[in-house]
Amino acid sequence: MPTTSPSALREGGSNQGDTLPVKSRPAIAVVVILGGLIALAFSLALSISVGAANVSLATVWEAVFNYNPELQEHLIVHELRMPRALAGALTGACFAVAGALMQGMTRNPLADSGLLGLNSGAALALALCFAFAPGMPFMLIIVWCFVGAGVASGIVYGIGSLSRGGLTPVRLVLAGAAVSALFTALSEGIAIYYRIGQELAFWYAGGLAGTKWLQLDAILPWTAAALAGAMMMSRSITMLSLGEEVASGLGLNIGRTRVLALILVLVLAGTAVSAVGAVAFVGLLIPHVARYMVGVDYRYIIPASAVLGALLIVLADIASRMIAPPFESPIGALIALIGVPFFLYLARRERREL
Amino acid sequence: MDTEMLHQSARRRRSKALFMLAVLLILIAIVFLISMNAGSFRMSAGTVLNTLFGGGTDKEELILFEFRLPRICIALLVGAGLALSGCVLQGISRNGLSDPGILGINAGSGLVVLLFIAFYPTTDAAPVFALPILALVGACVTALIIFGLAYKKGEGIMPSRLILTGIAIAAAISSVTIVLMLRISPEKYQFAATWMAGSIWGSTWTFVLALLPWVIVLGAYMMVKARSLNVLALGDQLASGLGARVGGDRSRLLLVAAGLAGACVAVSGGIGFVGLIGPHIARRLVGPRHEALLPTSALCGALLMLVADTVSRALPMSSEIPTGIVVAVIGAPYFLYLMARSRA
Repeated sequence: MPTTSPSALREGGSNQGDTLPVKSRPAIAVVVILGGLIALAFSLALSISVGAANVSLATVWEAVFNYNPELQEHLIVHELRMPRALAGALTGACFAVAGALMQGMTRNPLADSGLLGLNSGAALALALCFAFAPGMPFMLIIVWCFVGAGVASGIVYGIGSLSRGGLTPVRLVLAGAAVSALFTALSEGIAIYYRIGQELAFWYAGGLAGTKWLQLDAILPWTAAALAGAMMMSRSITMLSLGEEVASGLGLNIGRTRVLALILVLVLAGTAVSAVGAVAFVGLLIPHVARYMVGVDYRYIIPASAVLGALLIVLADIASRMIAPPFESPIGALIALIGVPFFLYLARRERREL
Repeated sequence: MDTEMLHQSARRRRSKALFMLAVLLILIAIVFLISMNAGSFRMSAGTVLNTLFGGGTDKEELILFEFRLPRICIALLVGAGLALSGCVLQGISRNGLSDPGILGINAGSGLVVLLFIAFYPTTDAAPVFALPILALVGACVTALIIFGLAYKKGEGIMPSRLILTGIAIAAAISSVTIVLMLRISPEKYQFAATWMAGSIWGSTWTFVLALLPWVIVLGAYMMVKARSLNVLALGDQLASGLGARVGGDRSRLLLVAAGLAGACVAVSGGIGFVGLIGPHIARRLVGPRHEALLPTSALCGALLMLVADTVSRALPMSSEIPTGIVVAVIGAPYFLYLMARSRA
């Protein structure tokens, strides 16, 4: 939760123009974002080159910029490794930015996109697909997962705003927890009754394996637009993160900002969940890391989150293939392995009350 | 407001709380009777009463006294215990999303049980007594790890740090769980998944007797500390301003909440939802003061568990659907309805 202490308000100086009353570290932010992008480029190259059959970096360069479908190595790089690496980077950015939006909007450091019911909705749709229409084509399953995520978040939003007094962050969080519990229970029940639990777990833990250009082409336009939209909204999100009174005092249309941000979260996290399953910890962890580095201004947190989230998933994906080849370790486990110690460190530094 | 009016409003609040408690008790009694009829062997209400007072056949007595009654008692105790634990945790951490899960209790006990199942040769002969004890050990060890990491000299256990630490540890444990779950055989997976979704596992009188003292003693301690909970729920600054010694009471209450939830999870599997939802429902019925909130939470939790257990036994595909799932399917819509209606 960003601080709204009086001192922070004072340090911001005037509230006009582009200045927002929050602490931020623009210089560090630029370093983090640029450094992150360079590291991301390197890890993408590494991700493409390592695997069951190692391909040299020179060949990777050749295959990307001088593609020759006759060569088997080029084929591996182009058809298997590249979509996988790019999908990892894209979904990492999506989860992290969606988490940052949720945390800024609800002012709750425990919030992430799972709280809108997205993960549980997608999981329920997946369980229904496996139970009642086994052998459904891959693309169709992804579409249904997205529909499930959309329905769940629609219910959360609907119930949150139906109640007297309108949609408050507290209500959004509680409705999200209840709807998630309900949908998770339903999909667990289906999984146990139809004995498909382990199949579902494989799908969910499978992560990026088997990602093709087809999926990437399908999600890229939506997520790219939503990422750009999140960047454009970052100023409003910063205002919202200061609390409603401050935000409306600064002239923000709170209701409209909230709806727009929720739609962005749905598009970002919904597509990411549908494509690679719930790698939920990224959305919770990365915004905290970004905030720790660049301060509490969302104009820097959002791009930094995007870069760091992409980096984390690409690295975790490399590790998942390196640990015990040809067996792939679940990517969610590796993200927890990398992320948990850091999160513990942040938690120990935490002095504020929630 | 003068003293007379204060007294009056206090009296009104107390009578409202007593009324709610009475309603809940009556509801529990009704569901109790229905629950004894439910199951694959149908018994009419008359037969049940007849058997209770010693007039039934041997078969009827066996089913009622050895299978249904202990299971009903366990459901009531577990529901009350988890709801009490969740109520205390939400009060201390001042976060509505807290439940026994933030102490890592579900994750820890689940992992230990899973380890046992994974390395135990068969599933059918799994010893009845080993699982609850292992689950209790797992729950306590995890809670202690989280307390240890969240503890800082001079400050004690800060609620915000506790929650963040709990999330991190639970995430780490569940990632290990995922890896293990993918590697065990399908039959073992089915058993482990059912346990983790929360099914009442130890339904014999031994477990009732083992669980009863935990719920009574620790629940009574919480009731005694209801006043400190009211103060703690106001936040640290206000609490120490009112002269409460914040640190000591908070640590003791946290330990008590962890112990109670651990004992419950040991016999019931990972039913976390009662601990989240019971206190919320109670708060919307009787308000935020813990003197009324604690007993109401306990009864709400007990009622919810009993209803869920009855439904899961009465369903045509009985014994396949774990109680924990029914709890969420019944509890979540009711909670959402309460939330949509209320202002706060």
